[in-house]
Amino acid sequence: MKKLLLILMVAGVYVLHQDYWNWKSADLVFGFLPVGLAYHAGFSVVAAIMMAVLVKFAWPKHLEDVQPHDSAEEKTGEERRP
Amino acid sequence: MIPVIVIGVYLAVIAGIGLFAFRRGKSNTEDFFLASRTIGPMVFFLSIFATNMTAFAILGSSGLAYRRGIGIYGLMASSSGFVIPLTIFFIGTRLWALGKRYGHQTQVQFFRDRWECDGIGTVIFALSAAMLIPYMIISIMGGGTVLQEISTPTGTHEPLIHYWLGCAIVAVVVTVNVFFGGMRGTVWVNIFQTILFLCFGFVAMVVISHAFPGGFGEIIGKIAADPKNSFLLTRERMPQTEFWSYTLIPLSSIMFPHMAIMCFSARKVTAFRRTVIIYPIAILLIWLPCIFLGVIGAQMIPGLKDSDGILLRLLNDNAPAWLAGLLGAGIISAVMGSDAHQVLAMSTMFTKDIFTHYGGQEKYGEKAAVHFARAFILVVTVIAYSIALYLKSRQGIFEIAIRFAFSGFAAMAPVMIAALFWKRSTKWGALASTLFVAGTLITFAFLQGSPAPPPVAPGKPAVVAAKMDTATAVKLAASDTNSPVAKVDAMESKGTTNDISKPVAVSVAEVKPAAASAIAAPKPKMNIIWQVGDHVILSRAPATGDVRFWNSSSNPAGGYMTVVPMVFGSALCMIFFSLVTRPPGKKTIDKYFAMPESTAPSAPAAMTGKT
Repeated sequence: MKKLLLILMVAGVYVLHQDYWNWKSADLVFGFLPVGLAYHAGFSVVAAIMMAVLVKFAWPKHLEDVQPHDSAEEKTGEERRP
Repeated sequence: MIPVIVIGVYLAVIAGIGLFAFRRGKSNTEDFFLASRTIGPMVFFLSIFATNMTAFAILGSSGLAYRRGIGIYGLMASSSGFVIPLTIFFIGTRLWALGKRYGHQTQVQFFRDRWECDGIGTVIFALSAAMLIPYMIISIMGGGTVLQEISTPTGTHEPLIHYWLGCAIVAVVVTVNVFFGGMRGTVWVNIFQTILFLCFGFVAMVVISHAFPGGFGEIIGKIAADPKNSFLLTRERMPQTEFWSYTLIPLSSIMFPHMAIMCFSARKVTAFRRTVIIYPIAILLIWLPCIFLGVIGAQMIPGLKDSDGILLRLLNDNAPAWLAGLLGAGIISAVMGSDAHQVLAMSTMFTKDIFTHYGGQEKYGEKAAVHFARAFILVVTVIAYSIALYLKSRQGIFEIAIRFAFSGFAAMAPVMIAALFWKRSTKWGALASTLFVAGTLITFAFLQGSPAPPPVAPGKPAVVAAKMDTATAVKLAASDTNSPVAKVDAMESKGTTNDISKPVAVSVAEVKPAAASAIAAPKPKMNIIWQVGDHVILSRAPATGDVRFWNSSSNPAGGYMTVVPMVFGSALCMIFFSLVTRPPGKKTIDKYFAMPESTAPSAPAAMTGKT
């Protein structure tokens, strides 16, 4: 359920980016900021909030414990010359 | 003169930091390329952000806003603020973990190991290097432009520092910083640089607003009332298909070698947490003022041929000299922050993926590898500088990046996603994707760079007027003062069109009335490259000459950007060729997908955070 909600959240934010309803509007916010610009400035803040939610609920915690692997047979591609 | 002195001091500080880092460094490649994987959280954010912000974030964005209006923010900035943190969150963290576990220092090392194939790594290396070079050139061009503009006294056209010298100064300072400091020197400089250019936008807004008694509201009111410029406040001239296409471009970010290498350098994976949250806000702080001031500039200083210099013109005209110099240093910071990482990334790739991989380090030792890396830095900088001079009068800063680097790297994203999250993906799928990207990149670059095919009406075979050369077409159209060509030329002389709207592409595409009578062809509506039945697969946008995909014959300006077929084509190649070829060996699957503490979890685990 949590996974589904998170996917829906990301998809919803993406849809919000495609604001066709503001396309031809020349309204001003605060008397100087075109609405198309103000909207996307707000969208950037929403994107930051979305990332905060992902960090809170979908953080890959298991990666915090990763340690170097010393096995000689599984060295990086760098040492596997042709 | 004062701005030049301020910037001179700034550049000396940058070079000094590089030399100081040199004294703290160790003589091994992991320290030189990754600062021994010791970058902490805040420094990591400041550095990865500086890595990703190039000259166009300030100069290109305001220049484009000058020509196309406020839509540039949604087109590029807010889509980046959405996509880039997601890619860092899902891909960057996994890359970091794999690098930590298996010692990878470049993407190519990871790909070679993951696909159990040396050749695929070499192919990806070649493609990445070819696409990174243009990105480096942008940075040097941006630096040269800034120094030239800042050093031009108000009221004159003779700069104290010419473009060629400005490019050389930036190239030398970056080289000193990277050559001596490696990743450590680069990151230390980034701390200083990112703070400086994050402050830039806000300070520029405040300073410039004070120069206008009526404030920004009055200027915006004038733009709204001006029929020539009112479109700048909306997106009415921006095709929605283009807007959507652009959301794929930021996929390129994590695929740029310097971004991936930055991910390897973090001390802990927790460094990514703060970065992905702050990232969209940092983009907002830089892009919003630049876009807004670009639009303001279109009203205040109309007719600029090189609109990428609009922000510098506004600062020169409206800020005190010392402040203009400091703000110029802020722009230079954006330029050099990314350039240093690109140079270092190129050096890292050549040293690790070629020199070391093919036995150089084993033969000559670890110290020799570092010397090789430093020598390479010198060579690649000289090449990039030479090309920056050659291209100065040919292409706008922004367009070079978009066409040759961003689209290509974005189309490589499916390869990375498959490598990390799809067990069944194979080296043949990866190879097919890579070759597809290389092929489409060359094809689109050729179509965009070559003279446009003769205009024909949709549904007609594209052989009409094939014998009429470009010059003839242009002459014919230009001789008619009412023709679109004459109008576009007139617009160009006022600097109101895109810099890349060069007469050849524009004129032939718009040659309709005059050429139509000359060739007795039906009146054309758009420039078609490839048509199947009623579907226009490939066409060229009349105003810019850009190749467009899947267009409607009734809307010549529409169609999707080439990044769309490139990304989806690459993904399809990966899926198809993986499914029809033998899966990776059990050893590799176990290594990357079946470890007790998996460093490459499946997508569901990535979403839920479960181990």
